[in-house]
Amino acid sequence: MTSPLLTAQQLVKNFGGLTAVANVSVHFDQNELVGLIGPNGAGKTTLFNLLTGETPVTSGAITLYTDQGVQSLNGKRPAQIAQAGLSRTFQNIRLFKELSVLDNVRIAMTNHYHDGFLASVFRTPKFYRTEAAMTTAARDLLAIFDLTDVADQPAKNLPYGTQRRLEIVRALATKPKLLFLDEPAAGMNPEETADLTRLIRQIQRDFHITIVLIEHDMSLVMNVVERLYVLEHGALLAEGTPADIQQNPDVIRAYLGDEA
Amino acid sequence: MKANLKYNLTWLGVMVLVFGLIDACEFLGIINAFIENMLVTIGINIILATGLNLIIGFSGQFSLGHAGFMAIGAYATGIMTQNMATPLGFYLSMGVGIVIAMVAALIVGIPTLRLRGDYLAIATMGAAEIIRILINNFKITNGAAGLFNIPPLVTWATVYVLMCLTTIITVNFIHSRSGRAVMAVREDEIAAEAMGINTTRWKLIAFVFGAGTAAIGGSLHAAYIQTIAPGDFNIMASIAILIIVVLGGVGSITGTFVAAIVLGALDTILQNFGTLRMIIYSLALILIMIFKPAGLLGNWEFSFKRFGRTRKEVPTHD
Repeated sequence: MTSPLLTAQQLVKNFGGLTAVANVSVHFDQNELVGLIGPNGAGKTTLFNLLTGETPVTSGAITLYTDQGVQSLNGKRPAQIAQAGLSRTFQNIRLFKELSVLDNVRIAMTNHYHDGFLASVFRTPKFYRTEAAMTTAARDLLAIFDLTDVADQPAKNLPYGTQRRLEIVRALATKPKLLFLDEPAAGMNPEETADLTRLIRQIQRDFHITIVLIEHDMSLVMNVVERLYVLEHGALLAEGTPADIQQNPDVIRAYLGDEA
Repeated sequence: MKANLKYNLTWLGVMVLVFGLIDACEFLGIINAFIENMLVTIGINIILATGLNLIIGFSGQFSLGHAGFMAIGAYATGIMTQNMATPLGFYLSMGVGIVIAMVAALIVGIPTLRLRGDYLAIATMGAAEIIRILINNFKITNGAAGLFNIPPLVTWATVYVLMCLTTIITVNFIHSRSGRAVMAVREDEIAAEAMGINTTRWKLIAFVFGAGTAAIGGSLHAAYIQTIAPGDFNIMASIAILIIVVLGGVGSITGTFVAAIVLGALDTILQNFGTLRMIIYSLALILIMIFKPAGLLGNWEFSFKRFGRTRKEVPTHD
């Protein structure tokens, strides 16, 4: 199955005089696990921000292909793009820190359960039904990712690796078709990284979604992804399978410098 | 479902009990006109501060214009009940006040809620001043002289029941899908957007909701005090409500109750001290903020469920 899910054509992003993303075209297919690598400042996170609507594009077209049809994501707000099926995690964890783990997940489900204003303020049976359905769904999701024990704790109390995991679970709770993971292994020890590798494979297998991964940890990237994009100075340097990329002279030069 | 019913009945019991207690004291003459006035002021302040706490503490938007929306409610009641001095007229005027205040909040909120922190505070303060100056210049509001001889259609019981109602509605709103979305905006706007939460919409909902409750407070104020003037709703009035919210704890409705009661009682006791009153009052505020910088209760919330939970942990024999 290689039908496209999201395509971006000739994306450009200028910040004043600086071109952060220059003419980048990428495509992500259904149920695919794609990696996005490149040296620091290559424009990887900026590309994520363009695709999720966080930063408006200077030019270029972003198109989403779903069962409901073809949809342009240009000029849409991040919330609309999230509702269309794109979800993400952040390089520097952005959980709702003061709120409980359960609430973090339930917030991500906001658009999938509607209780109605009057039903919620007057506590009608409809409110209790919706609330119970939402809570059950959230607890089920937490159980899959081994977070049941901490469900009622504030998110800020969790250990670092668990916070990263919760951020992924929260992104999954929006029922995405495409999940962007921005450096999920940053700051993790080898053991936590190994867990994360298993987790990413599990998500792709059980949730049937496309995952795009920005990562510096090559052991993780080369292990899990099927296809890789390499960015350098905001431009696309190479594309291919992990094996291809490891042999690519341009990529080796970008990472290790010119051969002496 | 059964647990929810029990929990709701407990709260209903508490509300009826307090009502009965005040009623009994009133009957026995323990509560004189002076103390009743204090209780009503506390009740109205709770209504006002609960709405403001929703805006500041839960949606994280710093508003300094609460008195403006209160003024709309007060003038709606003041003007309408002079022509229709019946309880029906009063509730009708309150409804009209709520609707106008909500529309005003929508008009003010759409452009200003993009701003953050201190900028939003200044913008909302400006909006409240505009409302006050408009009232000061309209003929129907009787200009700077204000309205007097407003029919006394409100007793302490009306205030009490409406205080309970607005608190229930506000707390129910907070503990629902809507409330969680609003809190997500407070916690992290970028993350909330990325989770599909339309942050502008939820900020507006909280702001408009708060304005509606401010109008209820204003209506009650007008009908109980019977005299209103534009000067009653200036920036100092907004700040007085803000003080209750901050002192009780931003993000704690229980704190708002405690602070409104403490400040109301303090204010009444200090009446005997003449000119020293404001100095002692201010000193008390400074001391509380030094020793309790997060407010009296921080973001702690009283809950019967907590007792329920501890009870469940005790091993049972079934």
